[in-house]
Amino acid sequence: MKVSTLKRLFRYAKPYSGFLAGALISALIHISLTLYGPILIGQAVDHIIGPSNVGHRDMIPILVMLAGTIVISAVFQWVMAYCTNKITYHTVRDLRAQAYQKINRLPLRYIDGHAHGDIISRVVNDVDQVADGLLQGLTQLFTGVVTILGTLVFMLTISPVITVVVVLVTPLSLFVAGFIARISHRQFIEQQATQGELSGYVEEMISGQKIVKTFLYESRSEEEFNEINQRLYNCGVKAQFYSSLSNPSTRFVNGVVYTAVAAIGSLCAITGRPGPLTIGQITSFLAYANQYTKPFNEVTAVITQIQTAFASADRLFRLLDEEEETPDAPGALALTDSEGNVDVEHVYFSYRPEAKLIQDMNLRARKGERIAIVGPTGCGKTTIINLLMRFYDADSGTIKIDGTDVKNVTRDNLRKMFGMVLQETWLFSGTVRDNISYGSEQVTEEQIIAAAKAAHAHSFIMRLPNGYDTLISEDGGNISQGQRQLLCIARVMLVDPPILILDEATSSIDTRTEIRIQKAFTEMMKGRTSFIVAHRLSTIKEADLILVMNKGSIIEQGTHEQLLQKQGFYANLYNSQFAVAD
Amino acid sequence: MLKLAKYLKKYRKQVIVGPIFKLIEAIFELIVPIITAKMIDNGVRTGNVGYVWRMGGIMLLLGVTGLCSALICQKLASIASQGFGTVVRSELYKHINTFSHSEIDRFGTPSLITRMTNDINQLQYAVAMLIRLVIRAPFLAVGAIIMAMLVDFPLSVVFLIATPLIALVLYIIMTRSVPFFRVMQNKLDTISLITREGLSGVRVIRAFSKQKSEEERFNAAADDQTATAIRVGKLSALLNPLTYTIMNFAVIAIVWFGGWRVDSGAMTQGEVIAFVNYMSQTLLAMIVVANLVVTFTKSSASASRVNEVFDTVSSVPDPAGASVAPVPDTPKIQFENVSFSYDGPDKYAVKNLDFSIMPGETVGIIGGTGSGKSTLVNLIPRFYDVSSGEILIDGVNVREYPFSALRGQIGMVPQEAVLFSGTIESNLRFGYRDATQEEMEKALKIAQAYEFVSAMPQGRQSPVNQGGKNFSGGQKQRLTIARALVGSPRILILDDSASALDFATDAALRKSIQRETSGITVLMVSQRASTIRRADKIIVLDDGEIAGIGTHEQLMESCQVYQEICLSQLSRDEVSKK
Repeated sequence: MKVSTLKRLFRYAKPYSGFLAGALISALIHISLTLYGPILIGQAVDHIIGPSNVGHRDMIPILVMLAGTIVISAVFQWVMAYCTNKITYHTVRDLRAQAYQKINRLPLRYIDGHAHGDIISRVVNDVDQVADGLLQGLTQLFTGVVTILGTLVFMLTISPVITVVVVLVTPLSLFVAGFIARISHRQFIEQQATQGELSGYVEEMISGQKIVKTFLYESRSEEEFNEINQRLYNCGVKAQFYSSLSNPSTRFVNGVVYTAVAAIGSLCAITGRPGPLTIGQITSFLAYANQYTKPFNEVTAVITQIQTAFASADRLFRLLDEEEETPDAPGALALTDSEGNVDVEHVYFSYRPEAKLIQDMNLRARKGERIAIVGPTGCGKTTIINLLMRFYDADSGTIKIDGTDVKNVTRDNLRKMFGMVLQETWLFSGTVRDNISYGSEQVTEEQIIAAAKAAHAHSFIMRLPNGYDTLISEDGGNISQGQRQLLCIARVMLVDPPILILDEATSSIDTRTEIRIQKAFTEMMKGRTSFIVAHRLSTIKEADLILVMNKGSIIEQGTHEQLLQKQGFYANLYNSQFAVAD
Repeated sequence: MLKLAKYLKKYRKQVIVGPIFKLIEAIFELIVPIITAKMIDNGVRTGNVGYVWRMGGIMLLLGVTGLCSALICQKLASIASQGFGTVVRSELYKHINTFSHSEIDRFGTPSLITRMTNDINQLQYAVAMLIRLVIRAPFLAVGAIIMAMLVDFPLSVVFLIATPLIALVLYIIMTRSVPFFRVMQNKLDTISLITREGLSGVRVIRAFSKQKSEEERFNAAADDQTATAIRVGKLSALLNPLTYTIMNFAVIAIVWFGGWRVDSGAMTQGEVIAFVNYMSQTLLAMIVVANLVVTFTKSSASASRVNEVFDTVSSVPDPAGASVAPVPDTPKIQFENVSFSYDGPDKYAVKNLDFSIMPGETVGIIGGTGSGKSTLVNLIPRFYDVSSGEILIDGVNVREYPFSALRGQIGMVPQEAVLFSGTIESNLRFGYRDATQEEMEKALKIAQAYEFVSAMPQGRQSPVNQGGKNFSGGQKQRLTIARALVGSPRILILDDSASALDFATDAALRKSIQRETSGITVLMVSQRASTIRRADKIIVLDDGEIAGIGTHEQLMESCQVYQEICLSQLSRDEVSKK
């Protein structure tokens, strides 16, 4: 447990320090009143001595006071819970908002380099863990400690001797619980691991059902499954048994404490040694003995929870501490009415210093030109996109737009000059209309429809159940891959940028949609500088410039004819691709 | 939930004996307050020190025996619940293995996995609770009341008023707050959805400079979740104060009215103290009962999800053990007027397919997405059964073959290149455990995978991660092709399985398949005209129907759909190039 983590966390709770104070004060009031209760009950019981010897009149003020204590204690208990809740959930909200904001500021390098599932789990699960463990756990710890101290004080005022007995016996339950927790923790880890193994196996086999069936693997997979299943049983029984020990064991220890208090209390009452004790006081003591042992059992559980929370907080803070995208240079420009002339001069870039990628890249694209990027899969075509749009910054060299170094242009402005349609389409869960108007502010319905028409998307949108109001589901299952791409094209059409980056689809699109996309692309490229990741021969042939990429670098550039004459990589690629092996 | 009880049969002994031991512990727990009362009344009142010691000894003894019975019960509960879970998991897994693709598609893989793991764990937990608490908790609650009645009936009226009140409070708060937990989960799902979109769409978001509006969207979802959480929090925070207030007022009543009973000589002081103890025992037990109800509600949902799987019968039964005799001189594969629909009679995925393929022929199948290419090939190994018509292999209906005979002669390479965790060799041996080194080597060579596998430091012993994540798309595809070739299938089906290969490798692959697999009937599904144009026969599918059958040249003459496909992919002179 790091103090710095805790301190930092409390900074997040600071805006709610009113609630924090409220929670602490309420806890103090609630606990002291709760602890005062047994004393009052004991006093009342002392007025019940025997037949015809009951002081009802003396009991009335005690019981009235008891009733008052109960009600006030209950009210403060609720206030305490309410304040804790407020702090917890508001802090959670703030932490989440900050984490999400952070994601938007992180360089692409970080986002590309980390598993998305892991980042999501930090924003969602870890924040929850922090809330549950640290805030609620700490309140519980606080109330627990106060209860223990308070009970001690009250017990000491009644009988120091019995108090000593209680104090000596109770740690036994801590010891027992700790011992059991250690054993069961080991078993739990093994169970968890085996459970994970089993889930992994099931996931693999069920998602690979087609293969399992084709290769008649069913019976073998059942054998393998049962083997893991049996191991899970063996460690499962142990884990469950050991962990279920703690409840009866601590109950037993509590029972021993109870017995000891009852017996010793009675002996004190009879002999008056070492101090006199009334029966009512024994009753109070019995209640305290119970109250004193309970937090001990709870605190053990809370401590594990707090430990997990600290780990989560660390993971979260590590995300929050990541270096952000370098801010725009002071005095960065916002270009208006860009022509779309792009110059790449002596650019070097690599994702990792030890693996050199782009070296001395030069490129000149004038307004309205088409630049086709070709090469085998994974050759690094996306790297160029990353550099042009400044998702990554070049290691050295300059990229200029209309003669201005992109580093002197604000990122927002630069990116707005590019229209991007990637093969991996991205739509968010929302309506078709929201998705088309995603990049533009304050557009009219007519403009949206016009863009959709230009992208040849209007007709299929009208065939959707709710037209432009159709909700696109999370996995986009309700529209096809090709249709998704048409929507992305419409989105770019609406923004009307001077430069385009297009990624032609390789597969999964039916012929008719494919033809539509082609047409839409052609329409869009008119008068705009376009970079096209090309798979289609017609596109390549019509390009003003072809960049041939392999293993991350541009190895050849020129027009189709020039490159064929060169008899190099491109010529080879062209021949293998379109000339069929005979 | 009762349906699943049959899987507990093996553990009948534990299910019956466990609660009995737990009951013993509970009974002892109920006796303790009486003994305390006796200790006070007979010991303290009369000053009998020996009696106090004796009673203390008895209490300790009760505690020890209680602990032992509890431990026995816990042991039995662990055995029965884990055993139950193990049996159900094993049976469920076996059952899922009988499913055809229709059933698996219907549930969806993630859902089946959750049912296998989370749902069964939930049931397992419920069984443990059943043994450990179902008898104990209500027994303690009711037992404490009965004990109170035995001690002094008139005073026990306090219990009869307080316990229903506590029950009512528990009921109201639980029924109102429990449904909120699902709402909370949904809102949390929205938050992770937006986060996921923010990550996967990071380029688009930044390209359009929409960071601000995405943050607003996220914050709105986060605020919404916070509001709900606080609302539920306020509600469930009522539980403890309310129940404890009721209980404490009951204690006041006990002391007050108990005082009258003692005054009249009907009760002793010790008995009043016992009453107070019983009251707190009742409350604790009732809270446990309320939580039990929640547990069982959850598990009954799990039980019905598990039962749904058990109740689903495979739509493609295996005529295991049947013997079939191939008819000589018949086509290897014959489709006779085959139609198939995934759901509903009017939405055919393929319709009136009618064609035959001779042994040793190489057939290309082409068409756009959703034209029914994959459906067509999935019908041959009976991943689905035809809705109408017949598919014959060697002149015999595929339904008459046992799965082992039918699927045993088909080598299938599905669209999605799936490898299993293990080694390259264990994957190659997936279908034929006893494949020889030579067979594997040959398969790798044909699949154009020999080179890169040999180049790996551990060769065929190289580890494969789950899903083959440590291999590139092209490598995975070549390995799945090699896997299908091990064991020399009679029919080889390649379902768009070369899409991630660069064109040179694709061409080499086709060449070597042609050369090395004479006698094997090959079905090649593709979206690329260049892949299939050299096939002996090309089947063109459009919207589930056959748009043309013939060679490339024939189809270029006669089939408009084929022309469209070729023209969109190849340049004009390449289309006509021989």
